[in-house]
Amino acid sequence: MNDELDRLRRALHANPPLPSPGDRDRAIDAAMAAFDDHRQGIRREVRRKGQVPDRGTSWLRRIKMPRPYLAFAGLAACLVVAAGVGYRTLWVPGTVEQRVAEAGPDSRTERERMVREEPRALASRLSQAPPEALPGASPRARRLARELPAAPPPESSMQQVAPTTLPPDYRDRGRDRFSSFEANPVKIAAEEPVSTFSIDVDTASYAFMRASLDRGVLPPRNAVRTEELVNYFPYDYPPPASPDTPFAVHAALMPTPWNAATRLLHIGIKGYVAARDSRPQANLVFLIDSSGSMRAPDRLPLLKTSLKLLLSTLAPDDRVAIVTYAGSAGTVLAPTRAVERAKIVAALERLDAGGSTAGAEGIRQAYLLAGQHFVEDGVNRVILATDGDFNVGITDPEALEGFVARKRESGVFLSVLGFGLGNYNDALMQRLAQNGNGNAAYIDSLSEARKVLVEEAGATLFPIAKDVKIQVEFNPATIAEYRLIGYETRMLKREDFRNDKVDAGEIGAGHTVTALYEVALAGSDGALTAPLRYGTREAQPATGSEHEFATISIRYKKPDARKSTKIARHVTRADMHEEAGDASPDIRFAAAVAAFGQILRGGRYTGDYGYDDVIAAAQAARGEDGFGYRAAFIGLVRLAKSAAAMRPQGR
Amino acid sequence: MDDCAHMNADTDGGLAGRAAAGDRDAFATLLERHYDRIYRVSARVLGDGDDAADLAQDVCVGLAARLPSYRGESRFTTWLYRVVVNAARDRLRRDGARRRNEHAFAEIDSLARAGQAEREDEAVWLRQMLSMLGADLRATVILVIEEGLRHAEAAEVLGVSESTVSWRMHEARNRLRALIAGNEVMP
Repeated sequence: MNDELDRLRRALHANPPLPSPGDRDRAIDAAMAAFDDHRQGIRREVRRKGQVPDRGTSWLRRIKMPRPYLAFAGLAACLVVAAGVGYRTLWVPGTVEQRVAEAGPDSRTERERMVREEPRALASRLSQAPPEALPGASPRARRLARELPAAPPPESSMQQVAPTTLPPDYRDRGRDRFSSFEANPVKIAAEEPVSTFSIDVDTASYAFMRASLDRGVLPPRNAVRTEELVNYFPYDYPPPASPDTPFAVHAALMPTPWNAATRLLHIGIKGYVAARDSRPQANLVFLIDSSGSMRAPDRLPLLKTSLKLLLSTLAPDDRVAIVTYAGSAGTVLAPTRAVERAKIVAALERLDAGGSTAGAEGIRQAYLLAGQHFVEDGVNRVILATDGDFNVGITDPEALEGFVARKRESGVFLSVLGFGLGNYNDALMQRLAQNGNGNAAYIDSLSEARKVLVEEAGATLFPIAKDVKIQVEFNPATIAEYRLIGYETRMLKREDFRNDKVDAGEIGAGHTVTALYEVALAGSDGALTAPLRYGTREAQPATGSEHEFATISIRYKKPDARKSTKIARHVTRADMHEEAGDASPDIRFAAAVAAFGQILRGGRYTGDYGYDDVIAAAQAARGEDGFGYRAAFIGLVRLAKSAAAMRPQGR
Repeated sequence: MDDCAHMNADTDGGLAGRAAAGDRDAFATLLERHYDRIYRVSARVLGDGDDAADLAQDVCVGLAARLPSYRGESRFTTWLYRVVVNAARDRLRRDGARRRNEHAFAEIDSLARAGQAEREDEAVWLRQMLSMLGADLRATVILVIEEGLRHAEAAEVLGVSESTVSWRMHEARNRLRALIAGNEVMP
């Protein structure tokens, strides 16, 4: 019965986190120093009652004592971080100036010298000293010191910084956090005609990129997954005609925007849309706790982001309303169609935490709204988002549960989203949700929000296929080289395609998935590799091959199936657009996003194609943009452009 | 009588009392005895090796000033667990959104990778499961399963009621089951 926990127990015991002996010794040394310092402090406290310590020597004394030695560790960390970003906040003003001040009324020049010298001296000590030689420094400071190549000469560095807009606390910790990956290389079709990868409908990378750019900094390269950026956007590819084939496969070739000599092979997959009218319409009321306790960053701010994620899964005709409760309950947004995303987002953004929690009244108002706009055979749901501090106004939890249960009978269900939970009201909320025929979920991170609100609300409400793998076989007679853009972390082995044990991505109703290859046609001058002087094995072309560029095969399993099914689509001359302008806006927009992703990753293959080109291409391909995503994207490219301009090295 | 005094002197509680009164050796002994535990819980709750060493050091440094607040009402280790768990939570909270973004990304990332070559790697599996549990469930599970606390003790450490701990354990098992079912491809 408890085998999951047993398995976890075994794994925990088999993989204990072990400190390094160095960390252990340093922690104990630092603690002993603090202990001595603490004791000394107590003794000083006792002594101070009798005599006033000599003021003139106090700062010197402090330097000899263990505490500044610890303070040095903090200072060192700040310095290293600053140097890594651009040698900007080179000293911690408080620390130095404080010491100068404590030095007493010395000559001004002396004071200036200290302010000038101190950071430099420290920085050079830092860069010269091996990390081990930084006694008392925290492990992080030591690691940072290790990574710091050498302190740049202060004068020149001071000039090149554009300090005001870069957030001072930005630290490029990407090196530690993101697994690094190289862009997929160029492959020669004659040598390796088959390319296999798993479908990917994640968009986490987009959110991360946006978060970075919103702060005015370029995202770390490895945080940029081009395919996730491309797949962030909905595309209006025609869906399959019947649910028997869960998705339609589209293909087109067009000139590559960033390289006139090559073509872009665009593969667009559209999941079956459970016939517009058979997919239930949603009538959602967000009931948002905006009490003071929601102010923490993992609460209201995360909640706003989470609900925006949920918005993106809604159909244009679905309705959303927002009720808040804090002190007094109130309707912030009357039921609004999801297509008016900007209005909904604006209402969310206006929310501010403050006051105490009047939960019961909020629930009543939310149900009232949901009832007024009830959709027969639709999804009618109150979504309660709270940190569980659900106290004011509920005198009797049982009565509230009863209320929720009665409402369930009327067809309005309750879901509970918990934020920053940490008290016994967890249990109450769980009970409320169960009584409301809903579910309770914890949102403690953006990825959890995505999982719960996007995957589970969208795809698990209507999942259509799982373990979806794509295999493209290129025809060496017509394609010389190819390069898959993005999907680096989703590559599969050729033989995995047919192996049903190998797991792959899932796809929900109406999902679109896009993949792009840059290809060099045989005989064109777009190939990067030179032909071999002594020839190669002649590829043996199959039937009718001069008209075919590639065959796209997709394997998938129906949600409840164990065996996979295959769909195939040939890419022929009929799919070729001679001019980029002939391709649909969706295809051109995807190409612009792909270009952007590649530029953010260093632009190895994109040549001179820059942010302005991306903006122009995206503008021209905005299409209907019902949710405003594409307009927002263009704004992000502009942010990236200015962030890149501020970055000394440029990118 | 002597035996008893001797035993007392060497218990955690005895050492803590002497350290609080200024006994340097007692403090050193306590640190030696409990550093690994402090580190282990830090690492589990934070889910990050580097951060854990940082946090463990901070906790050790802080103990010097904090020890007098231990009054022997509960077992020393219970008190210590509470100090570590609270410090870890503070850090998670303080590092706020930036960290969460990165973690969110790292989670997605580890999921993507776990789907492939490293699936059989138990350590990867473990990290993935722990990260998917979320901070509160994770801390609870670690205290109960790895540290072997009774539900009532874990409740004291976490500052919640005993029934919350039981409920969380139940919820953790459900989640694990769902995660395992959702992930498992290997027979």
